[in-house]
Amino acid sequence: MTAQVLHVVARSATTTTPPPEAAKTEHVAKLIDISKCIGCKACQVACMEWNETRAEIGTNDGMYDNPRDLGSGAWTVMRFNELENDQGGIDWMIRKDGCMHCEDPGCMKACPSPGAIIKLSNGIIDFNSDNCIGCGYCVQGCPFNIPRISATTNKATKCSLCSDRVSKGQDPACVSTCPTKALTFGTKTEQIKLANERIKDLNERGYQKAALYDPKGVGGTHVMYVLPHGDKPEQYNGLPANPSISPTVALWKGVMKPIALITMASAVLAGVLHYAIKGPKVVEEDHDHKA
Amino acid sequence: MSNIVRYKASDRVNHWLVALLFVLATVSGLALFHPSMYFLTGVLGGGQWTRILHPFIGTIMFVSFVILYFRFWHHNILSKNDRQWLKQIGDVLNDREDKLPEVGRYNGGQKLVFWLMTITMLLLVVSGLGFWRPYFAHMFAMDTVRLAAVVHAGAAWVLIIGIIVHVYASIWVKGTIKGMWTGIVSSAWARKHHPGWYKEINGGK
Repeated sequence: MTAQVLHVVARSATTTTPPPEAAKTEHVAKLIDISKCIGCKACQVACMEWNETRAEIGTNDGMYDNPRDLGSGAWTVMRFNELENDQGGIDWMIRKDGCMHCEDPGCMKACPSPGAIIKLSNGIIDFNSDNCIGCGYCVQGCPFNIPRISATTNKATKCSLCSDRVSKGQDPACVSTCPTKALTFGTKTEQIKLANERIKDLNERGYQKAALYDPKGVGGTHVMYVLPHGDKPEQYNGLPANPSISPTVALWKGVMKPIALITMASAVLAGVLHYAIKGPKVVEEDHDHKA
Repeated sequence: MSNIVRYKASDRVNHWLVALLFVLATVSGLALFHPSMYFLTGVLGGGQWTRILHPFIGTIMFVSFVILYFRFWHHNILSKNDRQWLKQIGDVLNDREDKLPEVGRYNGGQKLVFWLMTITMLLLVVSGLGFWRPYFAHMFAMDTVRLAAVVHAGAAWVLIIGIIVHVYASIWVKGTIKGMWTGIVSSAWARKHHPGWYKEINGGK
């Protein structure tokens, strides 16, 4: 990828339209080919190295997952699970989890703070800590359960797709370090093409249901998977088959907002009009002679 | 001209405490609800402080309201007259008092607002816990947290409109706000707006 001048094309809690971009920027994507991943966690280390995050040292739960979950110190984690296959053997499902960089991001829809979440012209969704207020609405908005609130700074954190590196024409840190090329990065068009070649290859090797994971429910994503068992994404540690912004969140941060404000303003206006037309309700004190 | 004590000092303090907390909770809540209201975060010292303080303000408001509830609930049982009064809301708004049934200590509208506040405050405190970070939200499933947020916004919406009606009524009917600040209303005020109550405290006259 060459260096790109990035524009902010959308920002959280903003009702006005951002200025148009001067030039069209290519949409980018990271492709995670699960069939090539060996679960070495080099990507986790590279991510921590580049972004200067350190997860707390946890406990050994008898499994390979380490750290156990995403966190403010771990923007990507490898999730391991074992699955009994039809041949009576075990399939080891390993999935690199992290922000999917949705084209229609639930986090940004839910965020109440202007500019705390921005969408760049190449499709990257970035959190701007300066504007983050730590409310956690992005956690509720996300269909993939990705953002985590830091216990020390109270700011929301997640993978930035190394927007700083990408803007300078470099690959994200995880991609640069991946020893098996399970991770690749480039324009979205190019990565889809690469995925299709991989899927064809997997089909020939007996993975008839191999598929690209680029879910349409969130407008497609800028992090995509090649899944050997593409018909059952849930098998990969609960990767949702049809993710979309929850209807509850859509109601809360959608139609409800203007309707609530308009009705509140109307109630105030109704009061003003009533007072202007009917005037105050006053008691005539001479009415009081009996007392 | 004689005066009547309508509210004791403790009633008044209780009422204005709820009112003050309501204003703060509304200002901070609206700030987080709609981008056009985000500037209101300035009232509590910015976005972070708004996020931190709002649930505490809400909780104290709820506790204060519970006390208010136990003071006043028995005055707010809807009677047959109140129901009739509510049906004739057009006559109320057009000041055709002669057509309306006799009003007691509170009219049907006031009672309705009282119960509306009770229900919405309960919904607000319960749903508020559901997405209060970092203390409570992690105890619930994600769908519960999402539902809590939408219920919270919905209940606040209804409560705010209810309070707008409540405040407007007190502005419209002169002597009401003074009554809540001083505790005292004139006999004329009581006879005109709450004749049933006036008779009651004067032994039926």
